[in-house]
Amino acid sequence: MLLRHTTAEIIERTALTVNPAKTCQPIGAMYAALGIHRCLPHSHGSQGCCAYHRSTLTRHYKEPVMAGTSSFTEGASVFGGQANLVQAIHNMFTIYEPDVIAVHTTCLSETIGDDIPQIIAKARDEGKIPPGKYVIHANTPSYVGSHVTGFANMVKAMVDYFATTEGRKEHRLNLIPGYVEPADMEELKRIVGELGIATIMFPDTSNVLNTPQTGRYAMYPPGGVKVADLQRLGTSVGTVALGRLASGSAARALDTKCKVPCEILDLPIGLKATDRFIDTLRQIAGVSVPDSLNLDRGRLLDVITDMHQYFFGRKVALAGDPDQLISLTEFLVDIDMWPIYIVTGTPGKKFESRIRELTKEVPYPVKVQAGGDMFLLHQWIKQEPVDLLIGNTYMKYISRDEDIPMVRFGFPILDRLGHVYFPTVGYRGGLRLLEQILDALLDRQDRDAPEESFELVM
Amino acid sequence: MEPVIFEERADQIHRKGSAPFQIACNKESLAGAVSQRACVFCGSRVVLYPIADALHLVHGPIGCAAYTWDIRGALSSGPELHRLSFSTDLQEKDVIFGGEEKLYRALVELIDRHHPEAAFVYSTCIVGIIGDDLAGVCKKVSEEKGIPVIPVQSEGFKGNKRAGYNAACQAMFQLVGTGSTEGISPYSVNILGDFNLAGEIWIIQDYFRRIGIEVVANITGDGRVADIRRAHGAALNVVQCSGATMDLAKMMQERYGTPFVRVSYFGVEDMAESLYEVARFFKAPEIMSRTQNLVREELAVLYPQLQQYRRALRGKKAAIYVGGAFKAFSLIKAFRLLEMQVVLVGSQTGTTEDYRELAEICDDGTIIVDDTNPLELSSFLQEQEVDIFVGGVKERPIAYKLGVGFCDHNHERKEPLEGFVGMLNFAKEVYTSVMSPVWRFLPRHQQALVQGAAPVAEGSKS
Repeated sequence: MLLRHTTAEIIERTALTVNPAKTCQPIGAMYAALGIHRCLPHSHGSQGCCAYHRSTLTRHYKEPVMAGTSSFTEGASVFGGQANLVQAIHNMFTIYEPDVIAVHTTCLSETIGDDIPQIIAKARDEGKIPPGKYVIHANTPSYVGSHVTGFANMVKAMVDYFATTEGRKEHRLNLIPGYVEPADMEELKRIVGELGIATIMFPDTSNVLNTPQTGRYAMYPPGGVKVADLQRLGTSVGTVALGRLASGSAARALDTKCKVPCEILDLPIGLKATDRFIDTLRQIAGVSVPDSLNLDRGRLLDVITDMHQYFFGRKVALAGDPDQLISLTEFLVDIDMWPIYIVTGTPGKKFESRIRELTKEVPYPVKVQAGGDMFLLHQWIKQEPVDLLIGNTYMKYISRDEDIPMVRFGFPILDRLGHVYFPTVGYRGGLRLLEQILDALLDRQDRDAPEESFELVM
Repeated sequence: MEPVIFEERADQIHRKGSAPFQIACNKESLAGAVSQRACVFCGSRVVLYPIADALHLVHGPIGCAAYTWDIRGALSSGPELHRLSFSTDLQEKDVIFGGEEKLYRALVELIDRHHPEAAFVYSTCIVGIIGDDLAGVCKKVSEEKGIPVIPVQSEGFKGNKRAGYNAACQAMFQLVGTGSTEGISPYSVNILGDFNLAGEIWIIQDYFRRIGIEVVANITGDGRVADIRRAHGAALNVVQCSGATMDLAKMMQERYGTPFVRVSYFGVEDMAESLYEVARFFKAPEIMSRTQNLVREELAVLYPQLQQYRRALRGKKAAIYVGGAFKAFSLIKAFRLLEMQVVLVGSQTGTTEDYRELAEICDDGTIIVDDTNPLELSSFLQEQEVDIFVGGVKERPIAYKLGVGFCDHNHERKEPLEGFVGMLNFAKEVYTSVMSPVWRFLPRHQQALVQGAAPVAEGSKS
C-alpha cells in the first residue's frame, strides 16, 4: 500500500499540499513556446528548473526537448539576472540559431525583481539580437496559479509581442487550441480544414513533440506556428479560443489590441462540446458542415449508443486541469456516468460552480475542489469508492491501493507510451476516450468474474 | 556533420591522443547553454529522499515538490512515506509576508499525522531569497515534537548538483552519532552512495551478508533513520558514486574516525574488487576466503551466460554520458568486458582528477567531455557512428532520433545493474537495444539494404 498514509478522515489543511494535482507555471510556458516554429524556450532562473521541465516533458512526450537556462548562481541572485540573460541571448542566437527565444521567469527571478523587457531592450541595444530574430517573454511566477497559468501567459505573450493591426482584414480565423496534446492540435487543424476555413493556430506543438523517426536529430522540428503568421493575427476576422483558462487571456488580449472579436469555448472534448465548437466555426466563417464531419459525429453517436448499457450509474473520480475536466465531466454525464469526485490543483472558484452546474442532474452527491490535491481525492475515495479513475500517471497510486481501474488522461503520463499520437478532442477523440473507458471497465469485469460467470460475449 | 562546439566550451572537451591531457571542469554552466545539469535542490532531494521512514517536506512553490515526487524509483522494503509529495505550496502572499508560519503549521500537521522518525525540510530558491529562518522553525518543531527536524540548505541557485549533495550530507550528519552502537559487529560497514534503484542495494547487502559482514546503515537506499543514527558504530564506510555521499564519509572520518573506501558495484571487475577491498580491510582470513568463494560462485554462473551477448556485441561502439564521473570508469570496464569500444565519455559533474583518470584508461581517439549539451552530443554520436548511448532521461530521445541504441544507467533503470547479476542485466539491455531490428528500418540502413549489405528484416521494404 503505497499510500497507506492516507487517512479516510478529512483533515482541514491550511498550510500543506500533499501529492499535488498541478505543477508550476514555467513548464506550461515552456510547452507553449515549443509550439512556435524554430523557437528556443528559455528559463530565467536556476538550472534545476529547466532540467526538471525538460525531463518531465521528455518523459511525457518521449521526444527531445530543448530549452536554455540563465543558470543563476548566488551572484546573479544578489545582483540580478541581467548579465546572465543578456549573455544567454547572445550565446543562444550564436550557436543554436533559433528564430525566437521565448523567455519565461521563475519564482527566483520574479522575487528578485528582474525586469525582463528592460533586459531584452538592453540585449537589443547591444546588438545581441540579430536582425529578423525575436525575443519574447512571459512572467510566470511559480507561486501563482499552476502550469496552466504559465501556458496561458506564454500564449498571451505571443499576442503581445507579435500581433499588429497592420494590413487589411483577411477572411481567416485565429484558433487557440488550449493546453492540449500535439495530436489534439493536429486533429483541430484537420477539423477546420474539413470545414474549409483558413486559420492560424497558435501555439502548435504538432510535429514538434510527435515527430517521425528520420535518423536525424533536428534541434527545431518542422512544426510550430510561424512568426510571420503570428504577425498576421490582428488581421483575422475572429478568434476561436478553446479552454477558458489556457486560451482566454490571449484571445481577450488580441481583441483589445487588434479588435479581433473572440469566442471563448470549452475544449471540444466529447459530443456536445465538439458540437459547439463546430457550430461556432460554422457560424463565424459562414460555412456549412461537410459530410465528413457529420460522418464522424454519427459514428461517435453510434458508439455511445452501442455502449450506453455499460455506462449507466458508474461512478468516476477525476483529477486534472480545469479546461479538460469541465469538458470531460460534461461528456461523462452525457454518457450516463456519474462523475462524483472532481479535483484540480489549479485554483479558481469558477471551476467549482461550472462543475456543479454540469453535474446538477447526477443523482448522487458530487464533490468538487479547485486548488485541491490527490491526497484529498484519495480521502474521498476511501470514504466512498468509485468504479473508475481518470487522471494523469500520479493517479496510479490510488488505482493500485484501492484496486480501481484507471484511464490515463492529462499531463503528465510517465508510464505509458503512444498516447501522444491519439487525440481526445473532436468526435474522433471522443471515440478513443469511449474505447479506453469501456476497456478499463470490462477488463476489470473479466478479471474479477468467477469462472462460472466469465463470459465470452459481453 | 561538423561537431558543434561553443567556443567557450572548447576547453571542456578533450580528445585522447590529440594533445597532452587538459580539461576544464567544475565550471558554472554557460548561460544559455542547453545544459543537462540540475540544481542544488535536485542534488539534495535525490540523495535524501530514499530514507523511507523520514518525512520529506519541500518548502517552496509547488514545482519543486511536483517534479521530485517519487522521482527515481528508490525502493523500500518497509515504509513508503518517502514516496509521497509534501509541499508548503508557497503562494504570492507567503512570498511577501514570509513562509515561516506556514512551514511550522505544515510540519506540525505532518508529524502528528505520520509520526515519522525524523523530518527533512528542503529549502528552495525562493526561501533563500525571502529569508525564511528554516533552521529556527526546524529547531522549534524538533523541540515540540521530540524528533530530529533537519533543515536542508538546498537553495537551487547556490551552485550545481554537487553543492546539493553536500547539503544532504550536512543534513544526514546531524543524525549520525545520535543512536546507540551497542551490539554492532566489529565486522560491519555502512553502504554509502547506493539509492536502491531497482532493488540494487538488496543485492549488495546479500553479498555482505554472505561474506560475514554486518550492514549497519544504508545511505540512503531503503534507508532508515534509526540506522543512520547509529552509523558511526560501523567499522568502515563503503562509498559508491563520485560525489553524492563522499562528504558524509569525510565528515564521519573526521569526527568518529570511521575510515572509508571508494567502490563501484557496476561491472564484474569493480564489483569483485569492491568486495575484496572490504575483505582486505578487515584482515580476517575467513572473510577473505568467503569473498573468494562468493566471487567464484557468481562468476561461474555469470560468464557462461555472458558469452552470447559478448559474441554479438564484439566491436560495437559505445558512448557514455552520466551524472558523476565515477560511474563512467565502471562502464568503460564493463564495455571492455563485452569487447566493445568506448568512443565518447563525459559527465555533468566530474573533477579534473576524474577526467585525468578517465583519459588514462580510455583508448586513443576517445572524446572526453564535461557538462555537454544536446547539439554537441548529437554531433559526436553521429561523427563516431555510435551503436549504444548510455545516459539519462533527457538523452534517450536524442539517441533514438539518431537511430542509436540506448541504455538508461540513471534514474530510469528498471533492472538492477549493480552486482554480478547486474552485469548480466546490463549486457542484456545493451544487446536488446543494439541488436533491435528497428534500426534496420532507418533511412541510412534502408539504403544499405538496397545494396544488399545488411540482413533483410522480415516484411521490411526492400
